[in-house]
Amino acid sequence: MADITIRAVRKSYGKTATLHGIDLAFASGEFVVILGPSGCGKSTLLRMIAGLEDITGGEIEINGRVVNTLEPRERGCAMVFQNYALYPHMTVADNIGYALKVAGVPKAERRTRIVETARIVGLGDYLERRPAALSGGQRQRVAMARAIIREPGVFLFDEPLSNLDATLRVTMRAEIRKLHQRLSATSVFVTHDQVEAMTLADKLVVMNKGHVEQVGQPLDIYHRPASTFVASFIGAPPMNLMDARIDASATLARHEHLAIPISSAMAAALAGRDVTLGIRPEECRVLPAGEGLPARVDFVEELGSGRIVHAAFGSRIFAAAIPLDIRVAPGDLIGLALPPAQLHVFDRETGRRLDVTHSAGRHEPVRQAAEAV
Amino acid sequence: MIQRTPYADAFTYVLMALGFLLLIGPFAVIVAGASQTVQQVNAVPFNFLPQGQLLANMAEAWQRANLGTAMLNSFIMASLVTFGKVALSAMTAFSIVFFRTRFKHVFFWIVFITLMLPLEVRVVPTYAVAADLFEPIRLLIAWVTGITVSLNWNLLNSYAGLSLPLVATATGTFLYRQFYLTLPDELAEAARMDGSGPIRFFFDVVLPLSRTTMLALTTIMFVYGWNQYLWPLLMVTDPTYKTTMMSLVALLPSENGTPDWNVTLAGSLIIMLPPLLVVAVLQRWFVRGLVSSEK
Repeated sequence: MADITIRAVRKSYGKTATLHGIDLAFASGEFVVILGPSGCGKSTLLRMIAGLEDITGGEIEINGRVVNTLEPRERGCAMVFQNYALYPHMTVADNIGYALKVAGVPKAERRTRIVETARIVGLGDYLERRPAALSGGQRQRVAMARAIIREPGVFLFDEPLSNLDATLRVTMRAEIRKLHQRLSATSVFVTHDQVEAMTLADKLVVMNKGHVEQVGQPLDIYHRPASTFVASFIGAPPMNLMDARIDASATLARHEHLAIPISSAMAAALAGRDVTLGIRPEECRVLPAGEGLPARVDFVEELGSGRIVHAAFGSRIFAAAIPLDIRVAPGDLIGLALPPAQLHVFDRETGRRLDVTHSAGRHEPVRQAAEAV
Repeated sequence: MIQRTPYADAFTYVLMALGFLLLIGPFAVIVAGASQTVQQVNAVPFNFLPQGQLLANMAEAWQRANLGTAMLNSFIMASLVTFGKVALSAMTAFSIVFFRTRFKHVFFWIVFITLMLPLEVRVVPTYAVAADLFEPIRLLIAWVTGITVSLNWNLLNSYAGLSLPLVATATGTFLYRQFYLTLPDELAEAARMDGSGPIRFFFDVVLPLSRTTMLALTTIMFVYGWNQYLWPLLMVTDPTYKTTMMSLVALLPSENGTPDWNVTLAGSLIIMLPPLLVVAVLQRWFVRGLVSSEK
C-alpha cells in the first residue's frame, strides 16, 4: 500500500516537451485509470512513476519518499506490460519467480510463493510450460503473477489488455478488478479504451497533449466533462458538439439557422456569448417530422439493444440513440429534441466547461419535450 | 514468383547436380588419392576409386609433418579465437544495443570500421604491435622524462599472439547486434522492474536467448581460426607453435623428391577433419542462428 504524489512533473525529449507540468495525487489503495488518445503522454507518465524514464522536472513521491533518482527496484512498483514482456526461455514458474531469485530469496520459499501466486491467477497447472506454449490470456496472467509475487505497494499497468481479443478483454478486466479488491494495492492503469477506463477506475484521469484535462470519478466525468476534449473523448458515440451563440433576448441558442431552446438560467448567465453546445446522443430525442428541430436521417447503426441515428442537422451530422420501437430510414425527415437540462455548454475559445446553475434534475431522465421552437 | 514446369524443374536439377559435382569433386580426389599407393596416385588417368592404403598414408603424413603438435596448436588457437570472439562480440553488441550513452554512435562506428580492415590488410602494423607491445609506453616515458628504459614484451611465438589479433574484429559483433535488436525493449524493462541489473540481465536473459547466434558464431569462428595461414606464418618462428596450415606446406613433395601425393592428401584429410566435425555437429544451430528469430 502506498500513495503517490506527482508534483509539476515535466518530460521533454531534447526540445520537444511531451508532459507539461502534471499535478496528481493518488490515495493508497486507489484504482486510478489514466485515459487519453495515443501520444498524449499517459504511458510516459506511467513509465516515469516506474522509473523507466528520467524525470525532466518536478517530483514524484511514493509513500512520502521522493523517488526521482531511485532505481525501479527501489520504488516498490511492479509493472504489467502491454506485450507482457515474459522471458521466453524461462518456464512460467521461473518467470513468476525471477524477481525473487534476483532478490536472493531461498529456493524453497520461492517455490511456495510461486505456487501460491500461480493459484491466485489460475495458472497452477501451467507452471512448467514455456510462454510460447500459452494463449494470450494465460500470458497476461503470468505477467500479472510476476507483478503480484513481489507484493508491491503500487501496480502499474501499461495498456495490458490491448493485445487480447474482445471477449478475453472483458474477462481479464473483471479479473483485474477482483484482484485489486483482494490485494488493494494502489493501481495505476493506462489505457486508451474508455470502456476499460469507466469500468475499472475509482479515479479517472483524462489526459490530452501532455496536459491533464480532468480528474474525477468516472460518472462525474461522464456527466460533467470539463472540456470539449473530454466531452468528445468519453462516450460512444461521442457527444454531439456545435457552435452556437446564446441569444440575448430569448431563451434560445442560435446555431446557423436553427434556434435551440435552452434553460432560462443558461440564457441569463451567458446572454450574447459565443459558446460550444454539447449533448450526448442518448439524451437526444427523435420526434416525428415537423416537431422539434428539423433533421434528415443520413444512416442508421443497429446495436441490437437499440439503434443510433446519424442525421444531418444544420450543416453537421448529429448522432441520436433511439429505442428499437422507433423506425427510421435514410432520407427520412425527423425532428430532434434537445432537452435544455441536458445541454453542456463550453467556452468557444478555451473549450472549458461553463457551469450554469441549473434547476434540479440535470441527471434525471428527461421528461419534458422540447419547448416550442 | 514460383512456377512449376517440367523443363524448369529438369534444368534446376541439372544445375544443382553440376554444382554438387563441382563441390564434391575435390573431396573425391582427396579421399581416393589418400588411400592409394605412390604408383596408383601418379597413374594416368586418375583412378577415383578408394584403395586400401588410407591408414598407412595417414600415419606417414602424421609423422612426417609432426601433425600431433600442429593439430594441438591449431586446436588451441582456433578455440581461443572462437571463445574470445564469442565473448567479446556478445559483450560489445550488448553495450552498443542496450545502453544509452551519448557517444554510442562513435563507439558503433569505431567497431564498424574494423570490418573494413581485415587482418590481411593490416598485417604489417599488427606484426609491429605484436612484436613490441611496450613501444608506445617506452616512447611516452622517453618523451615525458627523457629517460630511455628498456621495457620489452612481445607476443611472438605464443598462443596469445596467435589468437588476439584475430579476435579483435567486428564480424561477430554485428551478428549479435542484429539479434539483440530483435529483442523487445520491454524485456530489458521487465528485468529492471524485477530488480535485475545490466550484468544479471545479460547472463540471465540475453545470453540464454542468443544461444543459436552463439553457436552459429562458434562454427564460423572455429573454421576461420583453424584455416588461418598468413598470420601464423608471419609470427611463429619456433616450431613448437607451428599450426596445421604451416605443416601442410611441409607435406608437399619437394621438386626432386618422390611425388608421394598420397601422403599429402592423407595429411590434408586429417587436417580437414576437426572443422568438418564442428560444422557437422553445429550445423543445425548454425542455420537457425543466421536466419535468426526463434521466438
